[in-house]
Amino acid sequence: MAITKEDIERLADLARLNLTPEEIERLTGDMETIINYSMSKLNELNTDDVLPMEHVLPIRNVFREDICEKSFDREEILKNAPEKAEGCFLVPKVVE
Amino acid sequence: MELTKFTVCQAADKIRKKEISVPELTNAYLDRINELNKKIGAYITVCGQEAEKQADRVQKKIDNYEELPIIAGIPAGVNDNICTSGVLTSCGSRMLSNFIPPYDATVIKKFSQNDAVLLGKLNMDEFAMGSSNETSWYGQVKNPWDLERVPGGSSGGAAAAVAAHMACYALGSDTGGSARQASSFCGVVGLKPTYGLVSRYGLVAFASSMDQIAPVTRDVADCAAVMNAIAGHDPLDSTSQDCRNEDYTSFLKNDVKGLKIGLPKEYFSGSIQKEVKEKVLDAAKLFESLGATIEEISLPLIEYALPVYYILSSAEAGSNLAQYDGIKYGYRAQQFDDLVELYKKTRSEGFGEEVKRRILLGTYVLSSGNYDAYYSKALKAKRMIFEEFQNAYQKVDIILGPTAPSSAFKIGEKTVNPIDMYFNDAYTVSANIAGLCAISLPCGFDSNGLPVGMQLIGKPYDEGTILKAAFTYEKNTGGNGGIDCGI
Repeated sequence: MAITKEDIERLADLARLNLTPEEIERLTGDMETIINYSMSKLNELNTDDVLPMEHVLPIRNVFREDICEKSFDREEILKNAPEKAEGCFLVPKVVE
Repeated sequence: MELTKFTVCQAADKIRKKEISVPELTNAYLDRINELNKKIGAYITVCGQEAEKQADRVQKKIDNYEELPIIAGIPAGVNDNICTSGVLTSCGSRMLSNFIPPYDATVIKKFSQNDAVLLGKLNMDEFAMGSSNETSWYGQVKNPWDLERVPGGSSGGAAAAVAAHMACYALGSDTGGSARQASSFCGVVGLKPTYGLVSRYGLVAFASSMDQIAPVTRDVADCAAVMNAIAGHDPLDSTSQDCRNEDYTSFLKNDVKGLKIGLPKEYFSGSIQKEVKEKVLDAAKLFESLGATIEEISLPLIEYALPVYYILSSAEAGSNLAQYDGIKYGYRAQQFDDLVELYKKTRSEGFGEEVKRRILLGTYVLSSGNYDAYYSKALKAKRMIFEEFQNAYQKVDIILGPTAPSSAFKIGEKTVNPIDMYFNDAYTVSANIAGLCAISLPCGFDSNGLPVGMQLIGKPYDEGTILKAAFTYEKNTGGNGGIDCGI
């Protein structure tokens, strides 16, 4: 399976990454190596009658009673925000 | 007297006998960190003042003859992907280089309940992605046995700190073998608990279906003592298991009579270093001489564990790391015109190359058109691997093999081709994929004088059996025979 530079550029856009031409060059080669190695191995396995296994534990979602509990203080949480104003996270203009 | 040479259990005993005090012990470690951290690079943050205050508090309790857990007053280091309230938690990344969590991870809360002393936060591969500690934004950790070599990774800071006596023990993390492989490279003990045994609340997520917090210690008894403090059900982690609270120290018995140990032939073929193979087979002989039965087994699917691991862990990482967008916390780029550019610049400047590689790989295997052929295929192979281990445990109680294919390699030796680096995890990832428990412990040295590690892999929740076997091995060999890295 050949991975092209265009593939890497498309993936980078999906993953919200800007890559330099050098990074695209390197990562195209790396990805091709990793994908080809992984898939040439896995395609040796016949998995026709096998169900995918998401989790090793037989777990179900955990519920609790819907009771109000004390959560974090707003100011405490906002301490880590790169930009904030009037108790809110500040972001660039999203809607014109 | 060098106070930092004592293990957790030895130091705990001396504290109770009033031969040493908690502040003395804590200061000895802080001095040692001060002396060595420039050379080794194990710590990202040192919490000197808070450690001294905590040491005084614990000493008061000791003076009042309060009944305290073994780890009370014993100074420890913690991986920098475990949230500590008010203390930088960077994950070895520029992305979180300004992140001060407003809360403690559950294991840190348990530390407080157990009166532990936190020395600081340990260096690691960025977001735990790496096997050599070469991807940290905070610089390379050096192997204390040979400063030109890697300490393993991603929990390289944890293993190096314990080996160099810069912490009495440490908490690392283990997603694909990180704590075990680093412990093997640094000649210390690392345990990956069964998935669900130790709460992941406050552990920064890499691959959520496989991440576990892992004790890194100087010997097996210490490992059991630390497990007593950190294991247990936590309502804040929905994958935390509601199993009974074991006393792991009760398994520290010098006895392997009748124990059935499987040696998978696949672990001893291929590109394994000759001396590693020899040392692990010597260990098998020792177990046999002590009354265990050694049985050669075959796990033909083991060779598929590595591709399964890299596909699944990258898919999960790609999703988990989508939260780093420069809005709520962490790094934010300075120049941008709109929201999408803010995301892109923030993520491109904040993440290092290995993290970007994994995010792209994860995005690739999950993108429409690829999902079935890659991600779903890997999930099916995961079931086959899981079932192969289940079948193996019908015949044997535990599985013995090398932890890593080689001893510690040189810095820069494996950074050219990512696949070369990934092969370091070939023997460890299957325990994470199948949700098993596994312990790495030292089993001798190679001709370069570097430690070699072996791995005992147990059934889910059967930490007791691997701890017992590991303890027996250590008792009958003296572990590393009192040899330490000499730094």
